[in-house]
Amino acid sequence: MTESHRPETPEEVGALVREAAERKTPIEVLGHGSKRAFGRPLKLEITLDLSRLSGIRLYEPNELVMTAGAGTPLAEIAAALAQNRQELAFEPADLGPLYGGEADRGSIGGVFACNLSGPRRFKAGAARDHLLGFRGVSGWGESFKSGGRVVKNVTGYDLCKLMCGAFGTLAVMTEMSFKVLPRAETTRTLLLLGEDDDPALARLRRAAASANEVSGLAHLPAAVAKRSALGDVAGAGGAVTALRLEGPAPSVVARMASLRAEVAGAGPTAELSDDDSRALWREVRDASYFAGRDAALWRISLTATAAAPALAGLAAKLAGDTSWFYDWAGGLVWLEIAGAAQAETVRAAVAKAGGHATLIRAPLTERAVTAVFEPQAKPVAALSRRIKESFDPGHILNPGRMYAGL
Amino acid sequence: MPLKMPEPDRAVIADRDRLVAELEAIVSAAGVVAEARALKAFESDGLTAYRQTPMVAVLPETVQQVSEIMKLCHRRGVKVVPRGAGTSLSGGALPLADGVLLVMSRFNRVLEIDWDNRCIVTQPGVTNLGLTKAVEHCGFYYAPDPSSQIACTIGGNIAENSGGVHCLKYGLTTNNVLGLQVVLPDGEIIRVGGRHLDAEGYDLLGLMTGSEGLLGVVTEVTVRMLRKPPTARALLIGFPTSEAAGECVAKVIGSGVIPGGMEMMDRPAIHAAEAFCHPGYPLDVEALLIVEIDGTEAEVDHLVGEVEKLAKSCGALSLRVSNSEAERLAFWAGRKAAFPAVGRISPDYYCMDGTIPRHQLPTVLRRIGELSEHYGLKVANVFHAGDGNLHPLILYDANQPGELERAEEFGGDILKLCVEVGGVLTGEHGVGVEKRDLMGAMFNEIDLAQQQRVKCAFDPQSRLNPGKVFPELHSCAELGRVHVSGGRTAFPDLPRF
Repeated sequence: MTESHRPETPEEVGALVREAAERKTPIEVLGHGSKRAFGRPLKLEITLDLSRLSGIRLYEPNELVMTAGAGTPLAEIAAALAQNRQELAFEPADLGPLYGGEADRGSIGGVFACNLSGPRRFKAGAARDHLLGFRGVSGWGESFKSGGRVVKNVTGYDLCKLMCGAFGTLAVMTEMSFKVLPRAETTRTLLLLGEDDDPALARLRRAAASANEVSGLAHLPAAVAKRSALGDVAGAGGAVTALRLEGPAPSVVARMASLRAEVAGAGPTAELSDDDSRALWREVRDASYFAGRDAALWRISLTATAAAPALAGLAAKLAGDTSWFYDWAGGLVWLEIAGAAQAETVRAAVAKAGGHATLIRAPLTERAVTAVFEPQAKPVAALSRRIKESFDPGHILNPGRMYAGL
Repeated sequence: MPLKMPEPDRAVIADRDRLVAELEAIVSAAGVVAEARALKAFESDGLTAYRQTPMVAVLPETVQQVSEIMKLCHRRGVKVVPRGAGTSLSGGALPLADGVLLVMSRFNRVLEIDWDNRCIVTQPGVTNLGLTKAVEHCGFYYAPDPSSQIACTIGGNIAENSGGVHCLKYGLTTNNVLGLQVVLPDGEIIRVGGRHLDAEGYDLLGLMTGSEGLLGVVTEVTVRMLRKPPTARALLIGFPTSEAAGECVAKVIGSGVIPGGMEMMDRPAIHAAEAFCHPGYPLDVEALLIVEIDGTEAEVDHLVGEVEKLAKSCGALSLRVSNSEAERLAFWAGRKAAFPAVGRISPDYYCMDGTIPRHQLPTVLRRIGELSEHYGLKVANVFHAGDGNLHPLILYDANQPGELERAEEFGGDILKLCVEVGGVLTGEHGVGVEKRDLMGAMFNEIDLAQQQRVKCAFDPQSRLNPGKVFPELHSCAELGRVHVSGGRTAFPDLPRF
């Protein structure tokens, strides 16, 4: 029997958490629940649903800042920003459809709690780089705040960073202030067709190091490219390597010419202009090539130069059909395995490459026995546990969602 | 303002000779400074108003030595204060009478430049500018560029989360660090992050950055390097009022342009800079903006035109666009020399560092003007206009009895004003000892207790850099729940578990 609470004010959140702390009753903290299947499964009887803590409290486009309740729909925020030609520069991924849910259902709180960032991450920073301040309730049942609404702030520890990617295990964020940025006037994407992983990634790394300010660097091997909804990509009949340029129109035109000169001799190319370019990078952002399926899915962050060899090695070792694609010039890999997740094999390869692997999707039974997040070295794990207890001494907030005992 | 530091532990001081011998056993006699006169060199950092000779200074060369020093001090209950180049403007490296000063200056090597992954692995004692120097021959640079970059170290930049004039577009230290090796207060060595993005687990990288040397000692750093933009041009724009300059800043950003740098100076700062190094600043304006646009040539030309249009629409009195690298650097020369320039018109100055929501600038400048009259002390303002970071320079004469105290009180009022209008106490200099006792203006007891509990997770005995950042030292055992609100539960009508 589960019991769901939907508080309407931060004070109610405080009261509910205090009571849970006193009764030592663990609670599952949720935004809209669109990513509920992300992480270790929780079997808690009480849920704290933050969807009523909704609404944009402050938006000052000229100050590049917005403050919103944790339960504010991401879609509402994106729409308000779009009216002023602004956006969240880190391109929050919409993972809902990967879990069989509908698109555009997440909350802003969930975005920051999961530290979800998209293709522009390597250039514009992650979600964690955009959170300026928050108010929340700790596991002590105390309402507290950290940070502010200005970009430059070193007053006290940067607890915003800790909250991002903590999956609600430290505190319940009730309201947050974050940085917003101008949306590029123009976007165009250069596609290189038919290149293998290794040379394609080397090319992407060179482009990242060039002066062309490329803001998207992805490589879709043939098996993934053919799942694209874009004709130019799906119909290419092989692998597709994508390089995105954004900015004022004259600048994009000049940089596209420069980028084309750089890749001269690479083979056939194609170009996507505004709408198609945006559609492609949405697919990459959301890894939508793996939506509507239920095979095990890994999200792997690793040293870019090591990505292609690591994946080639893995493909040979893993049992079952695999497919994958690269983002961030190879720094991010999405890997789908039909069959068991085979964590040991995946993690051994990733450790060798320098990085970490997260099991984004797997059946509940598998997530219950497999480490969903990369296991940590002993002293780091011990320190993380002490940090957890400094916020949540009774282990009542999403206990075990990231690691057992955290 | 009398500064209260933790009461020195007499037993520790009495046992100093034995500690010195044990430190020498770890780093050899050449790595320990114990002689009183030599220790004088370490008695303060960039905030020279506060001085304290350390009990002993130690200069390790390896992470194992740092670990052994920390273990020794942990075992003996001795406090440790880490120090990089000692350029902190907030007293973050102020020594303790009963503390070991851990000087990281021998960690001065760049360890590896990974061109293909565009990152630099370095020891923490390398200077900020040293990182750029190491990669600039291939057209790269390290983006955060605090004014002290010629001297300050990357380890200190991590401790303070340093910014610089380019951070509006390229981020602060925290946005440019990929990995750290850290020695914890008990001597344990940990690694967080690496050469990949987004480390697993809690973001310890983000927490360590800006923690002012209270959580651990950084022994290795991995940072991103960026491709140097092919072109940069600057606009020098004079305005009749600070309101007009502020409006121009808002319009530039509102139009979607993010300049590489955007700096504002008020009349006293403009005049001081012009008298000091003759950059050719207009003297008949109340506010001067320097807007730098960088990127590819096509982009820069296009955006310079946009900014010109916006500046004119805001009533600019004068406008010059740099047409050569020499001219661009000349525009910056006055701004970069603002501190020494002010130093020449006044025997002493006290540099403040608040951040405010940008639209509050006219209000804040007006109120600073009123405070200036109240305290009878002049003030010059330089402002990182793009990100709202304000540096009022309070002019005083330390030889005049009472002036330093007045300057400090004036500074405190300015910072409280910053908080009052929605800003923060410090944008980039850190809290240290300087703003420690003002933390209550921004945070309540619960906010501060939560931060101190985080400190306890790293340092349960409070031996690493105690007396900094937090106005009151609590033992970790005292930091239980702060509020029980008299046993009453709020919202008695709510459905309960």
